[in-house]
Amino acid sequence: MTPLASVHFPDGSGYVLAAYLVFFLLLLIYLGITAYRLLGLERRLGDLTRQLDEAEAKSALDGASAPAPAAAAVPAPDEVPR
Amino acid sequence: MYSTKLRSLSLATLLTLGGAFLLAAYYAPVEADQGFSQKIFYVHVPMAIVALGGFVWGGIQGLLFLRTRDPKHDLRSYVAIHMSVILGIGVLLTGGLWARAAWGVWFEWREATLVSFLIVFLLYCTYQPLRFSILDPEKQSRYAAVFAVTAGAFVPLNFMAVRLANPFIHPRVLNNTTGGALPVDMKIPFYLALVGMTLLFVTLYRLEMTHKLTRGRVKGLERRLERLQGERDEASIPARSAAPQVLA
Amino acid sequence: MTGRPPTPSPPRVTSTRTAVGALLRKELLLERRVPQVLPAMALFSVVTFVVFRFALDTTSVEGDTASGVLWVTLLFAAMLGAGRLFVADHEEGGIEALLLAPVDRTALLLAKATTFFAFLAFVELIAVPAFAILLLEPGLSLGDVGRLALILALADFGIAVIGTLFGALAIQTRARDLILPLMALPLLVPVVISAAKATAPVLAATGAGAVPGRYLAVLGLYDLVFGLLAYAVFDYLLDD
Repeated sequence: MTPLASVHFPDGSGYVLAAYLVFFLLLLIYLGITAYRLLGLERRLGDLTRQLDEAEAKSALDGASAPAPAAAAVPAPDEVPR
Repeated sequence: MYSTKLRSLSLATLLTLGGAFLLAAYYAPVEADQGFSQKIFYVHVPMAIVALGGFVWGGIQGLLFLRTRDPKHDLRSYVAIHMSVILGIGVLLTGGLWARAAWGVWFEWREATLVSFLIVFLLYCTYQPLRFSILDPEKQSRYAAVFAVTAGAFVPLNFMAVRLANPFIHPRVLNNTTGGALPVDMKIPFYLALVGMTLLFVTLYRLEMTHKLTRGRVKGLERRLERLQGERDEASIPARSAAPQVLA
Repeated sequence: MTGRPPTPSPPRVTSTRTAVGALLRKELLLERRVPQVLPAMALFSVVTFVVFRFALDTTSVEGDTASGVLWVTLLFAAMLGAGRLFVADHEEGGIEALLLAPVDRTALLLAKATTFFAFLAFVELIAVPAFAILLLEPGLSLGDVGRLALILALADFGIAVIGTLFGALAIQTRARDLILPLMALPLLVPVVISAAKATAPVLAATGAGAVPGRYLAVLGLYDLVFGLLAYAVFDYLLDD
């Protein structure tokens, strides 16, 4: 292991390092924000799926007692009409 | 639909940009006048060129939007300018660091390119607030496109005017930024970095587009479900972002 | 009243020139009847000279500083005027009325830009003498006035075009007075650069130097590019 002080750093390397760090930090922040927004989208899609499930369950339940009208009233978008 | 393209694009970006930075660190010679700090050149200049290209591209897409009224072009214009502003922050920060390392100041007014970039950046900073402050979505797209076209034409004109204001030659190396006077072992990493930065821009641009389109689709689904459930909530939540709303 | 059916006449289209003339008369009449923008711009310029006298802590300026003081003042006065350019039309539906009339929409751009140019020229008629009296050290000779007028005219054209285009853009936003200078000032930086550089030798204490031609060329190019651009895109701002 070389002690850090003995490694030769050329003049101005701090600024060079800082500049590249700025670039990568910017990229990281942007990707972080994108990931965060993606989480929000994922949550909304989850909500959608849950709502759809509920609607389907409800229509199935109603379908047992009163077959045709209830099922026609709440068709899930991708459900094939019976 | 974008995912496969995005994967190969990100991979290509990683390879070229990573390779360029490694070449810049180990292969490119240390510049005689400025020493090691000249290495900032390989991140700063490609970023600046790509950001300016993005601004001009945003203007071209704005023009296409005005001609065709296709919301696709508005989205492209918006995303291009959005990404370029983000890159612009990086350009100004790295430019400041370079100026500090090379000339001991955080900002150099005699450096025409840096000054021009600052002016262009300040102009484009008003793009988002402009969109935010127009409520009607159709009008928002149209006005933003007019702004994008005008500002896109302003970019080269501004560079020319600022350059003319500095008639004397600043005694340094940055005159090499065009690449013409660069020695070949600096040229290779520089052009590779330029390619890598362009790929990065395209990757992020596509990522942002995919995000916006996906959000539009989710919103569309939410609306459809709401309609189906009969929850006719007329006062729908207004868009939180100034981004163009493309409903799939 | 004759019982004759109306004879079908060809659709009447007012020529752009007539329309521009009518719009221009309307603008000038409005400003003459209820002076609003011009007094404000002129007063603003004079007040700004007073502010500069104390902010710079100097009783006289010349050369580069004089040129800078003059152009900052004129530019901010212009921003004041550009913000008001479309207010009356926006509030009273003048633009909608114009869109219903069978005239070329470019007529509005031409009329507004000409109005704004005239406003700027009028303000300069007051501001430049006030500047010469209050702050300028050697004063202005007749030759200086002629050279200054050329620079002012070239710069005013660019300011009028940008002010009209972005005034029309900003009027539709919620934060119109806030956003207009933010957009227009960076766009006008090339005008300021060239105009200030060209004006500096005219205002020099050591006697007026020659006006560098290339700055006038940049001003002319700027006017040309943005004049054509405004002509091309202005229609889209009205398309409602």
